[in-house]
Amino acid sequence: MRHTIAVIVENRSGVLARIAMLFSRRSFNIDSLSVGTTENPEYSRMTITVQGDEEVLEQVIKQLSKLINVIRVSELDPEDSIERELAIIKVSADKESRAEIMQLVDIFRAKIIDVSQRSMIIEVTGDEEKINAMERQLRQFGIKEMARAGKVSMVRGAKVIKA
Amino acid sequence: MRKMTGAQAVLESLKREGVDVLFGLPGGVLLPLYDAIYQSDIRHILVRHEQGAAHMADGYARATGKVGVCIATSGPGATNLVTGIANAYMDSVPMVAITGQVNTFLIGKDAFQEADITGITMPITKHNYLLRSAKDIARVFREAFHIARTGRPGPVLIDLPRDVTVEDVEFNWPEVCLPGYHPSVKVHEMQIKKAAKALMEAERPVIYVGGGVKYANAHKELSELALKINAPVTTTLMGLGCFPEDHHLSLGMLGMHGTRYANYAIQESDLILAVGARFDDRVTGKIASFAPQAKIIHIDVDPAEIGKNVRVDIPVVGDAKNALEGLIKEVAPKPQSAWTEKIAEWKRDYPLRYIPDINVIKPQYVIEKLCELAPDAIITTEVGQNQMWAAQFFVHKDPRKFVSSGGLGTMGYGFPAAIGAKVGMPECEVIDVAGDGSFLMNSQELATAVINDIPVKVAILNNGCLGMVRQWQELFFEKRYSATILGRTSPDFVKLAEAYGALGLRATKPSEVEPVIRAALASDRPTIMDFIVNPAEKVSPMVPAGATLSEIMELEFCEESDSSHLERMYAKSRSEILGQEE
Repeated sequence: MRHTIAVIVENRSGVLARIAMLFSRRSFNIDSLSVGTTENPEYSRMTITVQGDEEVLEQVIKQLSKLINVIRVSELDPEDSIERELAIIKVSADKESRAEIMQLVDIFRAKIIDVSQRSMIIEVTGDEEKINAMERQLRQFGIKEMARAGKVSMVRGAKVIKA
Repeated sequence: MRKMTGAQAVLESLKREGVDVLFGLPGGVLLPLYDAIYQSDIRHILVRHEQGAAHMADGYARATGKVGVCIATSGPGATNLVTGIANAYMDSVPMVAITGQVNTFLIGKDAFQEADITGITMPITKHNYLLRSAKDIARVFREAFHIARTGRPGPVLIDLPRDVTVEDVEFNWPEVCLPGYHPSVKVHEMQIKKAAKALMEAERPVIYVGGGVKYANAHKELSELALKINAPVTTTLMGLGCFPEDHHLSLGMLGMHGTRYANYAIQESDLILAVGARFDDRVTGKIASFAPQAKIIHIDVDPAEIGKNVRVDIPVVGDAKNALEGLIKEVAPKPQSAWTEKIAEWKRDYPLRYIPDINVIKPQYVIEKLCELAPDAIITTEVGQNQMWAAQFFVHKDPRKFVSSGGLGTMGYGFPAAIGAKVGMPECEVIDVAGDGSFLMNSQELATAVINDIPVKVAILNNGCLGMVRQWQELFFEKRYSATILGRTSPDFVKLAEAYGALGLRATKPSEVEPVIRAALASDRPTIMDFIVNPAEKVSPMVPAGATLSEIMELEFCEESDSSHLERMYAKSRSEILGQEE
C-alpha cells in the first residue's frame, strides 16, 4: 500500500539528512521524495511517498513527528488530493519522427522545450500514470535521457497544511 | 548585555542551566573552552578516555535526575563519545555532549582531527547542533538542555567549532522557541477513564513498569495505584526500584532472566497496564505469543512507542505521573483476590534460587551479601551475568539506585557510571557490580577516581570468562567456548588497584566475602573487590531467545565437574599463551 505524506520542516541545513536517515534506520521504504520552499521562507515542504501497511504508516508519521525540525506531518487522502509529477525527457528525433512526436506531445498536453538536429526535450507534468504513459510512448523513438522529479501533492478545497 | 568570548558564553549558559560538573578531556580545538573552564568555578572531572566521560555523565544523570554533561575534542575525542551517547539514547538518559570541532572554514576539508560528529550521531541523539556563530550559543544551549530533559529524555550533542569559541559575542539568554517540539505531557481524560474502567473489570491485572516511571518521578503514584487495586507489579531492568521488591505485590523483574512468577503472571493476565516501558524483545520473548489473553493499556510520553512492538488496546500518551494520578482518582479500591493468591503461590513455588556452596564463592551470594551490608547503596552494573545477578539478587527498593545499561547493553559502562553517580550523590555508597571481562573495558578510569578522590567500590565477580556468552555456548553450542575464556591470571585486579593508588581486596572463599565487603565499605578510597567465583555458574531462570515467556526454564545448577573443567581450560589457555607445557 502506498501513502503520500506532506511534511513541513524547518528550512535548515541537515534536515533532509535527518529525514533520510530516519527512513533508512527504521527500514521504511521511500518511493518518492521532493522538497521545496513554501509560502513561508522559514519552512520547507516535503512530499514523501512510502510503501507499507497502516502500522508502518503510523510509525513513519510518529517517528517523523519526533524530529525537532519537523513542524507538521499529514497524510494526504488520495481521494481528496491532487498530485503532480514532472519529467523532462530527451528523445531522438529526426526529420521523419519529429511530426509524430509533436503529435504525441499535443495529445499528452506536454511541451517541447528544446529542439536540435537529432533530439528534442519534452516536458510533461501530471500524475504518475500519465508520465509513465508518456515515457512508454516515447520509448519507440529512443529515450536518450530522462529526469523525473518527485511527486508534489495538495489537499483539494479550502483546507490547508501549513506550519 | 555583557560582551564575552564564545567560550565564556558556553560557560555562562552551562551555569544558567544549573550545571555543576563537567566530565571531559581537552584537545587542540578545545583550548579556548578549557581556558574558560580554568577560569570558572564549575567543577571539571578529567577522564582518561572520552567513553568514560559519556558514561559518567550518564551515571550522574540517572542517579540525580539532572542533565549530565560531557566534553570531548574534535575527531577521535568525539567518536570516542559515540558508544556513551548511543547508550544514553537507548535508555532515554538526559545528557548534553559538547564536542570540539575544527574551525568553521576548515569544516569539510578533512582537516586534522575532523569528524562529522553531527552526521555520525544523528540516529543516536534526540537532536544535535553544529554551531556556526557565537551569537547562537546561548539559544542552542538553552534548547539543548530543554530537549534533553523534557518529554522522553535523551542525549543532545552540540558541536562547537574552535573559531566560534574565540568570537566575541553579547550574551543574551533567550526563551526557548521550538515550533516542532511539543512533548505531550497532559493526558487525555477520556483515555484515563477507559483505562480505569478496564482496570476495574480486569480479574488478573499486571502492572508492567519501565524506566519511564523513574524519569517521571512517578514511583509513589505507582505504588498508590497498585495498592489501591491490589495489582501485582513487575518491572523491567530500567524500572527496578520503582516498586519495592520486598512488597508482596512485587513480581520482581520480567523477561529473559526475570522471575518465573513475573513471566507466568504476564502470560496468564487478562490486562496489562504498561507504564513507561517499551515492550523490548528481552521483555516480551516471542511477541506473537506474549500475554495472549491480555488487553493492553500503554502509558508512554513518547507516542511512537505506542503500537511499535505490540498491539495496544488503550493508548495513553503523556507523562506517567499525570496518568497515574488520573487513574488513582478514577479507580475504586479492589480487595485481594484469587489472582493475588495465585501470585503468592507462584512466588512461594518458584523463587529465584541458587545452590550455596561452602568451598567456592557463588556470585549470587556476593550480591546477597552486598545487599545485606549496603542495602541503600546505588548499584551500577556492567553487562552480562554480573548485571543479571545484580538485578535478581539485590533487593531493589528505591528508584534511581539501580544504574545499568539496558537497551544498548554496553560492557564497560558500570565503572564510569558509578563514578558519575558518586559525583552526583556523594553521600551515597556507590558499588559497581562488574565482571572480569567488562571491568577491563574502562578500568583506566581508576586514575580518574583516585585523582579526584571519588571513593566508588567495584565488586568484580571474577569467573575468568565472558560469562553470559560462555553460558550460551554451553547451552546452545555444545560447550564450544569460542573466544570466551579469559583465564585466571590476567590481570591481578588487586595489583591493578594498587598500581593506580586504589585499594585492592580479594576473596577466594565464601567465608572471606563478608570481611572483604566490610573492608571495602569502611574504606574512603576507590576500592576493588576481586571475588574469585565459581566459573560454571549460570544465570537462571532463562527464557531462550525467541521462546514464549511461559517457556522459562530453570537451568540445571552447575556441577563440580563443570567448574573443574573450566579451571582446567583456564590453565591450558595460560600455558598456551606462555608457550609452556603443563
